[in-house]
Amino acid sequence: MTKDAKDDISDIKPPWKMSVNNRDAFGQTLLELGRENTNIVVLNADLSGSTKTSVFAKEFPKRFFNAGIAEQCMMGMAAGLATTGKIAVPSTFAVFATGRVYDFIRQSIAYPNLNVKIVATHAGVTVGGDGASHQITEDLALMRALPNMRVVVPADAIETDRAFRTVVKEPGPFYFRIGRSATPVILQNDYEFRLGKAFELRDGKDITLIACGVMVPQALWAAEMLKKRGIDARVLNMSTIKPIDADAIHKAAKETKAIISCEEHSILCGMGSAIAEQLVQQKPVTMRFVGTRDCFGQSGEAEDLMCAMNLTAKDIALEAEDMLKK
Amino acid sequence: MPISERRLRELEDLANLARKRIVKMICKAKSGHPGGSLSAIDIITVLYFHAMQHDPKRPDWEDRDRFVLSKGHAAPALYSTLAEAGYFSVDKLDTLRQMGSDLQGHPDMKRLPGIEISTGSLGQGITVAVGMALGLRLDKKGNRVYCMLGDGECQEGSVWEAGMAAHHFALDNLTVFIDRNELQIDGPTEQIMALEPLADKWKAFGWHVIEIQGHDINQIVKAIDEAKETHGKPTMIIAHTVKGKGVSFMEGSVKFHGNAPTTEELCKAMEDLEKFRGCQI
Repeated sequence: MTKDAKDDISDIKPPWKMSVNNRDAFGQTLLELGRENTNIVVLNADLSGSTKTSVFAKEFPKRFFNAGIAEQCMMGMAAGLATTGKIAVPSTFAVFATGRVYDFIRQSIAYPNLNVKIVATHAGVTVGGDGASHQITEDLALMRALPNMRVVVPADAIETDRAFRTVVKEPGPFYFRIGRSATPVILQNDYEFRLGKAFELRDGKDITLIACGVMVPQALWAAEMLKKRGIDARVLNMSTIKPIDADAIHKAAKETKAIISCEEHSILCGMGSAIAEQLVQQKPVTMRFVGTRDCFGQSGEAEDLMCAMNLTAKDIALEAEDMLKK
Repeated sequence: MPISERRLRELEDLANLARKRIVKMICKAKSGHPGGSLSAIDIITVLYFHAMQHDPKRPDWEDRDRFVLSKGHAAPALYSTLAEAGYFSVDKLDTLRQMGSDLQGHPDMKRLPGIEISTGSLGQGITVAVGMALGLRLDKKGNRVYCMLGDGECQEGSVWEAGMAAHHFALDNLTVFIDRNELQIDGPTEQIMALEPLADKWKAFGWHVIEIQGHDINQIVKAIDEAKETHGKPTMIIAHTVKGKGVSFMEGSVKFHGNAPTTEELCKAMEDLEKFRGCQI
């Protein structure tokens, strides 16, 4: 079966009803947390509208600091505010929140282990039209390599809310990654985020699809496609990239025949790599990686870019089928 | 308020004692940055023994003033001062840069009491100091934030980001020193990447700028007092200093930016420092 051919799985409807923008969810949660906790301060670098921190800024102007287009200064200021007992939440696009300021995060936030919650929006290729300059697919690599830094990638608006509440409660530095586009809502209202724990969205015995962020709904969709082909896929939402849930990975290796990692990030040094690092330490199963393949993106609609970079449910399903054939 | 002659001598003696310890500990460690430590020590001495509100017994005291050594490589100057002030034992100075020591090559706030922020990568401390000043002001605290930049460090773009921010936020609780010793590792600052007119630049950034002789205790004291009286904007004190000040063969020497003295050089340095009087230029 080739990917483009008319087949029996392309007609399968996606398993979600609605999409919500994770940034809106973040903005609202940040506002609510700001009302509960006067110690929360928010920083931005001229992107408060895009990062939705403007909602907080409007209600708490004294606790909001816009550094202007000066991300390095923003990160340093966040570190300084944290030393005075604040919970500092600097926010900007992921490309600027990591690569642009890596040494500031390393030296002034991670090394002194300060209470700074970096909220990076517009991560990955789904940024769309802005093109490669704004589509970072190496941020998880940069952040998860940093000592003291923990990395969380929520899957949908519900998890954005639950996970961010945990991140703010938990002392120390965090990297919290969300995208630009509206994201399918796949979790229930009673969902409880547990830091460092994968969430099993669907049990299965043949193969495990481990995904984070916008790839979680794609993995769920892929599982529906695979069902049609008689393949029973487990789907794990690995929203904490660091510390990664080693138990869930080893359990998947024990109970299913193969693993596929699905991330809107380079297959180099991202979530898939983090999984593989754990997997090989015990009795592993074969693993494959769905992600960007050592390349830059380009301008385009988010959906078209996901297709062009093989980041769709169908790509995952075909990969799974191919793995199990061998 | 001007200080008494007796107090002046005390501060000079403290700076001189710190100089000896700086050279000695770097010699023992066999690496480190004596030049920029010796040029900065008079200011750091005045801060900790005269100007700043702090309590070595309570390093986390909320109402303390903060000092950020943005030029983290001058750590020996800060360590010798903190030890003398009583943050930790003077004996600890002998462990500089050794495995397991709390006296890391560059200051580590997680290891050593009295360090307000870990520094070492240039251009960052001042941005952190801006955040500290914002945080303290938010809590309506009267305590102040002091920061020391190297002059070469001003080549880092982020220093100017912080310069804009401190002015924009009208941080009059922030006082920054530039240790203007005119040398960086590769040579004179004006040859490597010219900084002048440095005072005009900071003035143009909206700061209250004071230029002083950075080894003159009286001038340092006076400048800090002036900064405290300055409202609505941050103060930049450009302190003209001599790299390696007090040790004849280190003065104005690029070699001793980042090189330790040998044992023979240490003896010579100690002789020099026995004769040295802090404020005499």
